[in-house]
Amino acid sequence: MSKFKKKKSGELPPVSTAALPDIVFMLLFFFMTVTTFKKDDYKVAQKFPYADQIQKLDKTDPVIYIYAGTPSKNYQKDVGSQPKIQLNDKFADVSEIKDYWFNTLNTDLGPEFRNVAITALKVDGETNMGLVADIKQNLREINALKINYTTRNGNSSKNFEK
Amino acid sequence: MGRRNIPEVNAGSMADIAFLLLIFFLVTTTFEQDEGITRKLPPIPPEGVTPPIIKQKNLFTVLVNKNNDLLVEEEVMDLKDLRQAAIDFLDNGGGTNEKGEPCTYCQGKKNPESSDHPNKAIISVRNDRETEYATFISVQNELVGAYNFLRDREAVRLFGKDRSFTKMDSILSHPQTTDENLIEDLKDKMKTIKDMYPLKISEAETSN
Repeated sequence: MSKFKKKKSGELPPVSTAALPDIVFMLLFFFMTVTTFKKDDYKVAQKFPYADQIQKLDKTDPVIYIYAGTPSKNYQKDVGSQPKIQLNDKFADVSEIKDYWFNTLNTDLGPEFRNVAITALKVDGETNMGLVADIKQNLREINALKINYTTRNGNSSKNFEK
Repeated sequence: MGRRNIPEVNAGSMADIAFLLLIFFLVTTTFEQDEGITRKLPPIPPEGVTPPIIKQKNLFTVLVNKNNDLLVEEEVMDLKDLRQAAIDFLDNGGGTNEKGEPCTYCQGKKNPESSDHPNKAIISVRNDRETEYATFISVQNELVGAYNFLRDREAVRLFGKDRSFTKMDSILSHPQTTDENLIEDLKDKMKTIKDMYPLKISEAETSN
């Protein structure tokens, strides 16, 4: 009756790893399609407020980014803890916005987008409105009137949960 | 001549290579958040032009102080009531527009003390320099919500259930919408609705 000899217990067959590359490739393609390359390193906090009446910006839209918020911990001893503006990769003053806007328009987008370029204000929720008002005033002065306040999708009552 | 046997390529390290690529993409890319409230800033008025005087009843003032409290039309209000208050104000239709036509589609109370016509009604938001940005966005969100509510209502009434204003907007901004006729049609319909309830939110300069 050796035909039906019981296998020794405790000896599991090895798990086949043949499908592992396929799984990893699947993950890889997922990340390749849904993420984008980092444009800038954020040196300021970027915790956007919630809003639900929002419009999506398409990847093909001509967008110019302006970041603002409290500087992150590593930079606080250099620039202080008051909310700051970040343009490209560095901290900037309000007065530099105009030059930055035209530079980005001419080099990255093209001058033909002068009137349709959207300025995305990526402002942290805890920034005070004074800074935002200064940014808006500067944009008005160069007639860059189309703006988009970047927000997270969610009910606005979440803004007050601390 | 017998064919030589080609040895099978060892695919054991394929997983390692794929992992390497995966980790590279994980590190260098981000999920981009590119959505938000789109708004047009008012152009700077040319010098020597005095802004037109607006009747008090056509003006809906929202004040936000530095403690993030709301003062709407001189009364303290909770944020959750703001949307309904704005809807009531915009939809009042107590008088006539510039051409002397009454608002035929308004469903408000027709209170002579409140706004004359959605064309004339202006919402003015003023905030302190110390106001938190999150509060400002919440207020803007509620006000845009009020407009969207009214625009949706009229669009559904005129064009049917599938053509509410926000839906038309999302179809139009979808990158896969390429049918010229559809785009023209949607733009046309949205213009009709926008003329009925033009978005007039003024973000006045902040006070100190």
